[in-house]
Amino acid sequence: MRVWRNISELGAGLWTTLRQLGRTSTVSYPEEPLNLPPRWRGRPVLTRDPDGDERCVACQLCSAVCPTRCIELQAGERPDTRRYPLTFRINFSRCIFCGLCEEACPTLAIQLLDEFAFSKEHHADFIYEKEALLIDGTGKHPHYNFYRHSGVALQGKDKGEGINEKAPVNVRSNLP
Amino acid sequence: MMLFLMALGMLFTTLVLLGVAGFLVFAERRVLGFLQNRLGPNRLGPLGVGQALADALKLMSKENFVPDFADPVLYRAAPVLVAFSALASFAVVPLDHHFSWAGNWNIGLLFILAMSSLNAYGVFLGGWASGNKFSLLGAVRAVAQLVSYELPMGLALLGVVLLSGSLSLNGIVAAQNLPYIVLQPLGFVIFLIAGVAETHRLPFDLPEAESELVAGFNTEYGGMRFGYFFLGEYLGLTLIAVLTALLYLGGWHGPWLPGWIWLLIKTAALIFVFFWLRATLPRPRYDQLMALGWKVLLPLALFNVLATALAAALWRLA
Repeated sequence: MRVWRNISELGAGLWTTLRQLGRTSTVSYPEEPLNLPPRWRGRPVLTRDPDGDERCVACQLCSAVCPTRCIELQAGERPDTRRYPLTFRINFSRCIFCGLCEEACPTLAIQLLDEFAFSKEHHADFIYEKEALLIDGTGKHPHYNFYRHSGVALQGKDKGEGINEKAPVNVRSNLP
Repeated sequence: MMLFLMALGMLFTTLVLLGVAGFLVFAERRVLGFLQNRLGPNRLGPLGVGQALADALKLMSKENFVPDFADPVLYRAAPVLVAFSALASFAVVPLDHHFSWAGNWNIGLLFILAMSSLNAYGVFLGGWASGNKFSLLGAVRAVAQLVSYELPMGLALLGVVLLSGSLSLNGIVAAQNLPYIVLQPLGFVIFLIAGVAETHRLPFDLPEAESELVAGFNTEYGGMRFGYFFLGEYLGLTLIAVLTALLYLGGWHGPWLPGWIWLLIKTAALIFVFFWLRATLPRPRYDQLMALGWKVLLPLALFNVLATALAAALWRLA
């Protein structure tokens, strides 16, 4: 009895491996395209709003939250009082692609795209300046425009004129 | 002139066999990959065939190195002995009815058994001369295993010899109107198992046993000396496959196709079976291996010989 059981178990094992012949989930990456999930955390970029203006308002939150301190920027202000980064620098030889900058960004300016295969010969080449980071598109959020929603006054747009925004209440006339 | 041509032909045969062994190394890696849900080496050349060449080049360009605690003469001689004994066995293997160097030799089968014993010497001397405890353990295992599996193997072959009345491989194949796997199913199974053990391939690779003995008898070997062991192993695998095809599966007999193609197909199928076994079965414990050899295969082989002899005697009487 035991002999037959052993032989049949051998057979079952052989059949199991034979069934697996040629089945593989390996993707031959450079030849075959990868199917990356939409939330893939690759290289961060700076996006523009639908009007083509820079989204970044130089609030320094990404720089503050970055665990490896690889984001560095200087704030500037345009004549219409809109803030923008004068310089924006990410050192990708330190970046760990954690995505915290993307989570921290209030204007959805910094976004992690799916580019992951970029290599350089020297560490210095990994320091991306603003020209290299800024893209012309809107990234993952095509319709969002921070200044249209926020209660921040700009030249040409007063408080209360944004989308879904009520006119500001005059606290002094609102007394009981 | 004749002698020169023969030498040239033998050289060519040797080169072809070495090429086959090199290709088998690659084929095994590829087939194993497919059986294990991987792809295997597929980078160099079409389907990755160039990997065989790259491996050969790598091994040949490595330093020829003798550790100073090793016995220098035996350390150098052992790999050559392994490769030589495996290559020499092919002299008596016919590819087709009239296509062999010594297929008609009337002690062909004995010669192959003798050569496989010589192979055991090579493995043992290699392990012993290395002066390393892992090598020595591997060598001891190799000797015990090869000796204990050579007996059932020889006895299983005796069944074939009894039926065909010949020890030459040509004669044995010519005698097979019916493939001997039908008349000798037990002998076939015993020969296959003993063959796997003789070539010390997985699941019976205890002389090497990477997970216990580093690399067993060839722990201290590198470069082309290791390559010789490797070639010997894969030539032995080819030899066992081609012998099984010749002795039990009817050799070159088969419809439509030329004989040698039939033999190659059968050999390739058997080699795939060896790869398949390797992909499936785990290595047994050492005492289990010896118990299987002495307590199961040897009595079964003896029974097979007795039954075959009785049947043959009765057949003659009737």
